[in-house]
Amino acid sequence: MSEQKKTFVVTRFDPDRDPAPRQQTYEVPVQPDWKVLDALNYIKDEIDGTLSHRWSCRMAVCGSCGMMVNGKPSLTCKDSLADYGSRVEVAPLSNFPIVRDLVVELEGFLEKLKAVKPFILKEKERALAEGTHRQSPEQLEEFRQFSYCINCMLCYAACPVVANEPEFLGPAAIALGHRYNMDSRDEGQHERNEIFRGEGTVFSCSYANECSEVCPKHVDPAAAINQAKFNAVIDWLAGFVTSRGGK
Amino acid sequence: MDVIRHDLVIVGGGGAGLRAAIAAAEKDPKASIALVSKVYPMRSHTVSAEGGAAAVARDDDSLEMHGFDTVKGSDFLGDQDVIQYFVAEAPKELTLLEHWGCPWSRNEDGSVATRAFGGMTTKRTWYAADKVGFHMLHTLFQQSLRYSNIVRYDEQFVTKLVVDGGAVHGVAALDVREGVVRLILGRAVILATGGGGKIFPFTTNGNIKTADGMALAYREGVALKDMEFTQYHPTGLPGTGILITEAARGEGGHLKNSEGERFLTTRDYGVGQKAELGPRDMVSRAIIQEIEAGRGIKGPYGEYVNLDLTHLGEDVIMKRLPMVRELSMLYGGADPIHQPIPVRPVLHYMMGGVDVNIDGATSLPGLYAAGEVACVSLNGANRLGSNSLTECLVFGARTGLAALQYAKGASGANDAACLRQAEEEAARVAGLRGKRGGERIAQLRRELGATMERGCGVYRDQAAMDETVHTTAQLRGRYGDLGLVDKSTVFNTELIAALELGNMIAVAEAIAVSAAHRNESRGAHARRDAMKRDDANFLYHTLAYAGYAGPRLDKKAVTLGVWVPEERKY
Repeated sequence: MSEQKKTFVVTRFDPDRDPAPRQQTYEVPVQPDWKVLDALNYIKDEIDGTLSHRWSCRMAVCGSCGMMVNGKPSLTCKDSLADYGSRVEVAPLSNFPIVRDLVVELEGFLEKLKAVKPFILKEKERALAEGTHRQSPEQLEEFRQFSYCINCMLCYAACPVVANEPEFLGPAAIALGHRYNMDSRDEGQHERNEIFRGEGTVFSCSYANECSEVCPKHVDPAAAINQAKFNAVIDWLAGFVTSRGGK
Repeated sequence: MDVIRHDLVIVGGGGAGLRAAIAAAEKDPKASIALVSKVYPMRSHTVSAEGGAAAVARDDDSLEMHGFDTVKGSDFLGDQDVIQYFVAEAPKELTLLEHWGCPWSRNEDGSVATRAFGGMTTKRTWYAADKVGFHMLHTLFQQSLRYSNIVRYDEQFVTKLVVDGGAVHGVAALDVREGVVRLILGRAVILATGGGGKIFPFTTNGNIKTADGMALAYREGVALKDMEFTQYHPTGLPGTGILITEAARGEGGHLKNSEGERFLTTRDYGVGQKAELGPRDMVSRAIIQEIEAGRGIKGPYGEYVNLDLTHLGEDVIMKRLPMVRELSMLYGGADPIHQPIPVRPVLHYMMGGVDVNIDGATSLPGLYAAGEVACVSLNGANRLGSNSLTECLVFGARTGLAALQYAKGASGANDAACLRQAEEEAARVAGLRGKRGGERIAQLRRELGATMERGCGVYRDQAAMDETVHTTAQLRGRYGDLGLVDKSTVFNTELIAALELGNMIAVAEAIAVSAAHRNESRGAHARRDAMKRDDANFLYHTLAYAGYAGPRLDKKAVTLGVWVPEERKY
C-alpha cells in the first residue's frame, strides 16, 4: 500500500521540566487505512519514546484514547487519517487538567459518575431465587442507547458549560444516571431526581448539543439531559401534589 | 516510602477482579479491599468481549449438557470437578448480573434471550447485543461504586509481589501518575490481570494485555499451567486483528473460501453438522488449511477467507450484531449487510495461566488468581466461546470469598522485611527509567511476536517450537541491555512498556517450552509432526516453573470424573 507523509503537531507537556505545554512536530509515513492513533503509536515506537498517550483496545470500546485532533474531540482509534490533510494537530482533551503530553486528569469524572448512583436501586433487594426480572424489548429500548457510554470524555471536552463551570455534572454522568432512571428494574428515580435538581446538574445545561455531536457511540447525552430535566420537574411536582393532597 | 494497609489486595479491575472485590466487600463490609489496576477499571480488556456469556437458561438445556460440551471442547484436559461447579454456578452469576442492571437482550416475553455459540449443543449464551463484555464490565464497575470498602488505586502498576516467610503479604506498585513505588500490604492478594495476547503480533487483545500477573506469580516460584494452549479465534480482521465475534456465526453467518464454498460443510474438518459453530481450534485450523490449499483470498495483510452475513438481513445485523457492523466498516472496509467480512485466525485467549485450585488458591500461601490470568482448568486445551466471561464471574466470586477467608486467619507481615523488598523494587524500577542500553523496546517486541507466531501458531512442529524456545531465551538475555530515553517520573509510558515487555518475554518462554514438550495434538496445541491426541502419555497438565536457565517443567494429573475421554468428533 502506498504511504504518505503527514506532519503531526503534538502537544507536549512534562511537568518535571516544562513550564507550560509546548508543541512538537513529527513527520510520519502514514498508511492509507491508519487511524490517528496508529500515527501516535508510530511516533512512540519509532521516533520519540518520550511521548505519552493512553490507549488499549484500538476498537473504539475501551474509551482510553480521546484527544483533540485539529481542535475537535476525537476517539483517535476510530478517527481515520484519510479524513485529514497533510498537517494534523493532536492535543489533550479540552476542559481537563493535563497530566502529561496527551494524558488528562480523569478523577473529577469518576467522582461525578459516582454521584449519580449508577447502579440499580431497590426498595428491597431482589433475591437470587426470584430469578431474572421480566423486561420487554420495548422496556430495554427505553435506556439501551444511554447505556452505550464508554466514558471516553469527548462530551466533556466539547461541552461549553463544562468549559465555564468545571463542577458541572456533565453529559456522560447525567446520561448514565438517566440510564438507570429509565431502567424498568430500577426504583431509585426519586433519589436521582433529587440529585438532578441540585446545583450544577441538569439545569445547568444550555442545550448546545455539542456532546451528542461528538459522541462516538451515539449515546445522545443531550437527549438524556433533556429527558432528565423533564422527569426531575415532574417528579418534584408529583411529590408536591402528594405531600399536599395526600393528607 | 508510603505504606498502605488493606485486608485484601486485588490486582486488576476487569471482570474477575471487580467480581472478586464485590463478593468480598459484600461478605464482610468491614474488610478493606484494595483494587489496584494499571488502568481505570472500565478500560480493562473485558470491555472488548463481544458475543456473550454461557449459562444454562432454557428448558431444553441441562447442566450435564453444558458440562459435557465444556469437557469435550477442552479435549478432555479440563478438570471435571471444576467444570461441574462452573456450570452449576453460571446461571446464578448471570442472574446476579441481571439484578445489577446488565442490559441483557430479551425475548418478546421479557425473559433473557440466548444465542448459539461454537461447541455448545444448544442456545445457552446470554447476550447484550454484541457488546457483552462492555456491558458486563461497566455493570460490575458501576456496581462496585456502591461499596465504600472497595478502595481503588487506578493507574497503579504492580511490579512485584511482596513475599516473606513463605507467604504473600502485599505488592509493590508503581504510581504511573507520580512515578513513585508504594508498598500496599494485604493479608491476601488476588491476581486478576488477564492474559497476555500482546506476546503475539496478530491478536484481538488490547495493548494492556501483557501477561503481567502471570509473570508476577511465576517469578515467585508459582507454576504456570498448560501454557502451550493458546487459542486462535477463527475470525479476526486482517491487519488489526480486531475481533469479529463468534456470535456472527451463532446468528447464522457462513465462512466461505475464494470459490464461495462453505468449506466447513463441504469438506471434513471434524466439525460435522456444527459447521461454522464448531469449536474455535477446529475452525481456525480449517481456515489455515483452506488458505494453504490455495483457496484463500489475497489481501494487503496476507490471505483470508470471507465471513458472509449478507443473507441474515439488515434487521438481524442491526439488532443483534451492531458492533460487528461498526467494526467491519471502520476497520475491515466492508459493510456486512452488503459485503462479506474478510477474516483470518487471530490469537485471542490463553487457556493456561497461574496454577490455581478451585478456590483460586496458588501454591504460595496468600496468593490467589482468577479469570484469564489463572488456570483453574475449566478450559483445558481449548476454551469454548462464551465460557470465559462467565468464568470471570464464577471464579472471581469464589476466589474473592476464599481469599477473604484466608486473610482473616493470616498472620501479620513482618513490616520491616516487606518494606525492604518494596524499597529494593523501587530502586530497580528507578534504575530502569531512562536506562542506557543498546536494545529497543519496539524491536524486541517485534522479534518476540515473530518467533511466537512462527513457533506457537495454529500449527506447530518440533523444529519451529525448538527455535522459538531458543529465541525467547535469547530475548530474555537481550532484555538486560534495553535502552530507554524517557527520564520523566510523570506518566512515563515507556517505563511501563519496558516492564510489560519483561513480563511478556518471561511468559513467552514458558509458553514455548511447554509447547515444545507436549508431543501430541490436543485442542489448540496442533502439531503437524504428531497429529493425534495421546492420552496414554499426555493426559496431564503441564506445569512450568521459572528457573535460572529457563523454565523447568513438571506435570499434574487431570481430574477426571463422569465423562470418560473419547475421540473428539462433532
